[in-house]
Amino acid sequence: MGEGLLRKKIIGIEKQVDEFLDRVSEAGLLCKNGMDAYLKGNAEAFAMSLASIRESEHQGDKLRRTIEQELYRKTLIPESRGDVMELMEDMDALLDRFTGLIWQFEIEKPEICSEFHDDFRELLRYSVEAVESNVLSCRAFFTDIQAVSNHLHKVSFWEKESDKVSTRLQKAIFAREDLRLSHRMHLRFFAKQVDRIADEAEDVADRLNIYVIKRML
Amino acid sequence: MFAIFLSSGLFLGWSLGANNAADVFGTAVGTRMISFRKAAIYCGIFVILGAVISGAGASRTIGELGAVNAIAGAFVVALAAAVTVYWLTVLGYPASATQAIVGAIIGWDLFAGAMIDYWALEKIVLSWVLSPILAAIFSALLYKLIAYMITHARISMFTLDALTRAGLILAGIAGSYALGANNIANVVGIFVPVSPLADITLLGLFRLSAAQQLFFIGAAAIAVGTFTYGRRVMLTVGEGITEMSPVAALVAVLANALVLFLFASQGLERFLLGFGLPSFPLAPVSSSQTIVGSVIGIALLRGGRGIRWRMLGEITGAWILTPLVAVVISFIALFFLQNVFQQKTFLPVEYRLTAEAENYLKDGGIPTDRLTEMRGKTYPTAAEFEKAVTRYVTLSNREMSLVLSTTEVGPLLMDPRFAYRINDPAITEAQRGAVQRLMGKRFVHRWQLEKALAEESPEWRMETGKKERDREIKRKLDYLFRLIRASMQ
Repeated sequence: MGEGLLRKKIIGIEKQVDEFLDRVSEAGLLCKNGMDAYLKGNAEAFAMSLASIRESEHQGDKLRRTIEQELYRKTLIPESRGDVMELMEDMDALLDRFTGLIWQFEIEKPEICSEFHDDFRELLRYSVEAVESNVLSCRAFFTDIQAVSNHLHKVSFWEKESDKVSTRLQKAIFAREDLRLSHRMHLRFFAKQVDRIADEAEDVADRLNIYVIKRML
Repeated sequence: MFAIFLSSGLFLGWSLGANNAADVFGTAVGTRMISFRKAAIYCGIFVILGAVISGAGASRTIGELGAVNAIAGAFVVALAAAVTVYWLTVLGYPASATQAIVGAIIGWDLFAGAMIDYWALEKIVLSWVLSPILAAIFSALLYKLIAYMITHARISMFTLDALTRAGLILAGIAGSYALGANNIANVVGIFVPVSPLADITLLGLFRLSAAQQLFFIGAAAIAVGTFTYGRRVMLTVGEGITEMSPVAALVAVLANALVLFLFASQGLERFLLGFGLPSFPLAPVSSSQTIVGSVIGIALLRGGRGIRWRMLGEITGAWILTPLVAVVISFIALFFLQNVFQQKTFLPVEYRLTAEAENYLKDGGIPTDRLTEMRGKTYPTAAEFEKAVTRYVTLSNREMSLVLSTTEVGPLLMDPRFAYRINDPAITEAQRGAVQRLMGKRFVHRWQLEKALAEESPEWRMETGKKERDREIKRKLDYLFRLIRASMQ
């Protein structure tokens, strides 16, 4: 009975962490869908993506709070509790970035010339890949710490790719002298917003690397 | 009067609980794996269970204080040990209660001019040096092994957390049980023969012997000590020496248990000897010292950078000071009790080289030919007798211990009144019968009574090769002598 209770307790918190990471991963895919719908001018699909990503953010926040409360209430993993909480906050911040991006599309309605569509799509794909590698690293951090490095190095790779596309895109934007400066700056702002997701994912990966070293036996 | 004398035993129990609970739960509390409150509850419950269940039977564990032959003396010795342990607890250092007690007994020995057990002293000094080093080696090896297993078993973070926590609780519970069972005799053991308590039956189901009731009171004092003052030393052990991970905390308590087991296991000794292998010497190892050694072992394995050397130096200094301080406090307190309060703190013990003792020593391989001038002379104290012996012959500490215990003059009168006080269930009917048959007789030396009992019943007979059985008989004999002494006072 004791063993069963123990197992139930472990499964409970592990499942919540898993679900939270599912939400982060899901937010990336929804963001991709949302931007795609925006670029295609499909308002209905965009609105649906916005609603879904808002729901994901809401659930993510709820799960993060529950996990943090559980960790403190049951005094679980005392030596890594601070690190795990920080990691949860960081991953939640990435989720918020995806949501924020779609919200900015909704509020600011940027005019994106068709020649930049592919670059924007590519840029977001790399940012989503960087976050996805982070999600896999996080899962490994909780379940099999030895496997973290298998995913962690990919975050840097996707961030570099994202930097390349971002630079190329910004150059292309400012090369269009026919556009108003304010328009060019608005597009640059969006390119940087997407690129920042990959940058932040890399920062989270760096911190995760330290947490792994701290937990090494 | 009994209550006043018992109070020092209870104070010793309280100090012991405040200090030694850290040996079993210190690393768990220090790493925040178990809250102090929870640890204190577990510790309290299992200390009491250990004391009442496994500490029961006064003859089974006589405790170090058994050597003190007057109740007022025992009061002072317990008080001196308690004050010493309390002082170290206030400073936050883990201390060995046994060493404090031995120190206090030496103070009594010096005051009473009684025999000092140099053989026991040698063991203590050896255990100071040996036990922390061995514990450090064990914990480092065990840590390597467990780290390898965890890494290769791919255990998830929360599973590892739950398993470590369960391990720490189980190890803590087992340690607390052993703490109660092993130390209760030191806390109240000496008061058992003079206790006015009678056996009671609870709800017609459980029978609590007088000894068990006394053990319960003593264990409750240990539990209260843990609750009220245990946190400080726990934090010293768990985080004061070095920062530890929960796995390291578990390894430290496991290594501690392993070292204590190796040095105390008669079963293991028998097993090794049975295969013609060398066995570990059965020596009194202090769990306070082994737990600190275990913590250091793991820290050294990880490069030793996190060790707070200053704290470690202070702890080591406190270990050396423990028996010395106890000696001084005990001696001064005895002086006051004897001269100011007019209490009898010791019964003078004389020494005489009788013809019987000489033959006995000759059989034991001691060269008595050179002691002819001492024949028949009575020496008022062990110190004077020892001085006289060393004038004629040089003996090792072990040989001197044998000479002193053989020539010690009882006298032991087998008064029928004391027979009624034998209430230990461990003493068999045959053993009781042998005691009865010797009623009315008088013996000069203790060993003569031992011999007479062995002749009366094979159950009192020691046999070579049966160490465990012999130890049990020796404990029962100690109990018997204390009863006889109490009946003669």
